[in-house]
Amino acid sequence: MNAWTDTSLIVALLAVLMTLGSSRIALCIRLVAVQGIALSLLPVTTSDTFNSHVWLLAVGTLLVKGILLPWFLHKTRRQADVPREVEPYIGFGASLLVGTAMLTASFWGASVLPLPHHQPPTTLALPISFFCVFSGLFLVASRRKALMQVLGYLVLENGIYIFGIVLVKDQPLLVEMGVLLDLVVGVFVMGIAIFHISREFEHIDADRLNLLNDAVGRDGAA
Amino acid sequence: MNVLIGFILAPLLPGVIHRTKAIFAGRNGPPLLQPYFDLLKLLQKGAVYSRTTTWVFRSGPVVGLAAVLIAFLIAPFGGGVALLAFPGDLVLFAYLLGIMRFFTVLAALDTGSSFEGMGASREVTYSALAEPALLLGLAAVARATGNLSLSEMFGGLSCASWTAAPAPLALVCGGLFVVFLAENARIPVDDPNTHLELTMIHEVMVLDHSGPDLAFIQYAAALKLWLLGSLLVGIALPVHGAEPWINLGMALAGMVVLAGIVGVVESCMARLRLIAVPRLLLGAVTLCLVALLLAVWS
Repeated sequence: MNAWTDTSLIVALLAVLMTLGSSRIALCIRLVAVQGIALSLLPVTTSDTFNSHVWLLAVGTLLVKGILLPWFLHKTRRQADVPREVEPYIGFGASLLVGTAMLTASFWGASVLPLPHHQPPTTLALPISFFCVFSGLFLVASRRKALMQVLGYLVLENGIYIFGIVLVKDQPLLVEMGVLLDLVVGVFVMGIAIFHISREFEHIDADRLNLLNDAVGRDGAA
Repeated sequence: MNVLIGFILAPLLPGVIHRTKAIFAGRNGPPLLQPYFDLLKLLQKGAVYSRTTTWVFRSGPVVGLAAVLIAFLIAPFGGGVALLAFPGDLVLFAYLLGIMRFFTVLAALDTGSSFEGMGASREVTYSALAEPALLLGLAAVARATGNLSLSEMFGGLSCASWTAAPAPLALVCGGLFVVFLAENARIPVDDPNTHLELTMIHEVMVLDHSGPDLAFIQYAAALKLWLLGSLLVGIALPVHGAEPWINLGMALAGMVVLAGIVGVVESCMARLRLIAVPRLLLGAVTLCLVALLLAVWS
């Protein structure tokens, strides 16, 4: 099962790297879906026992992260009439370079991190979960479109998910399902917010939204 | 022995690529041995030199061919040991290809043609991105096998290393395939068929060469295709049986399949826009870097 864990982790890693380097929002959404599908294998491959808990978690992750959220984001993108391009503050080549730097840092950080309780089933899990968290934050900070920031949030959450699945043995099903539910609600709220922002202002550029503060008034609406 | 096979069979690879493309397009296409006929025809012709060129222009093809011939002595093929093998020869290998490129670029600049200057500038831009990918990929393989010489690295690879740690090797294969296409001016990066309008990278640099010089350049290009292809096949098909003939046969079959894959890629894809090529090469660098990190830390 270890090889399968590694494979799905590496697929997720490559999907994140491609998200950093791709210029189309639709492709980014698809890549995040690929990531979700790859990660839904993790509960099955890392656990020793096959009970209903494990299967429920895997199927729930697959449905929510692999199908439901990408479908909803695609729908939001179409309805809000978002342009196809990502429009980054930091270019795609530079993003990839930053991504490799973050990957190196995560591998180094994971190698020096002391783990008190038990060894993770694979050495890759820890660095890749760190990397997902870092690149999620990086995507949130470096992309102009609000939709890409939702995607960055999803990538970040995937990192936390890997960390939880692989390192915390026997997490209660209720906690996992609660996290998934929170994620769904969060993304739906963000999607609806994006839809309304774009209806109101005809764009979803996050850098122009700060014009809404009290000092400037609603000049940014133009 | 392996070196001789490479020298003799190298021009066959472009022939296989052309055949694959012809089959895909439903044409008759050139015969499989057309590259040999071209080389013979060019060698019988005389060379024409422009009055503005100097010895640099004439030395370009010769040095290029010499560099790639020396690189042949280092590269192992078909599970055998290369003629020359010492720790760190993978760096020499990369830079022999670098010398070849450098002299091609110098010869192109020496003609004084702005057209060739543009091709030279693009060639060095792309190879500056392809070279880190090649070195990082070889470094990942070196790390995975624990050897620093190409012969020992490829001798150390086996089917067991694929089952033990498939991820780094697969990533290196992906990265090196992009390098292979870029360095040999194949389609997603450069279009080898159109000399003028579309590509203006590799083919445009050799516009002023004629006769035996052009034959040298084409033969050197075929040898380079064979060399980088043999690296790729060596990683993807590390079969080391007891019988040397079987190993050699497997490697040769791998080369033919690789040429077929290149033909399929060229038939199915259009050339990328110039702006998109650096991103592709950067992707290759990233793949190789991830492979190196995986090889180091797992």
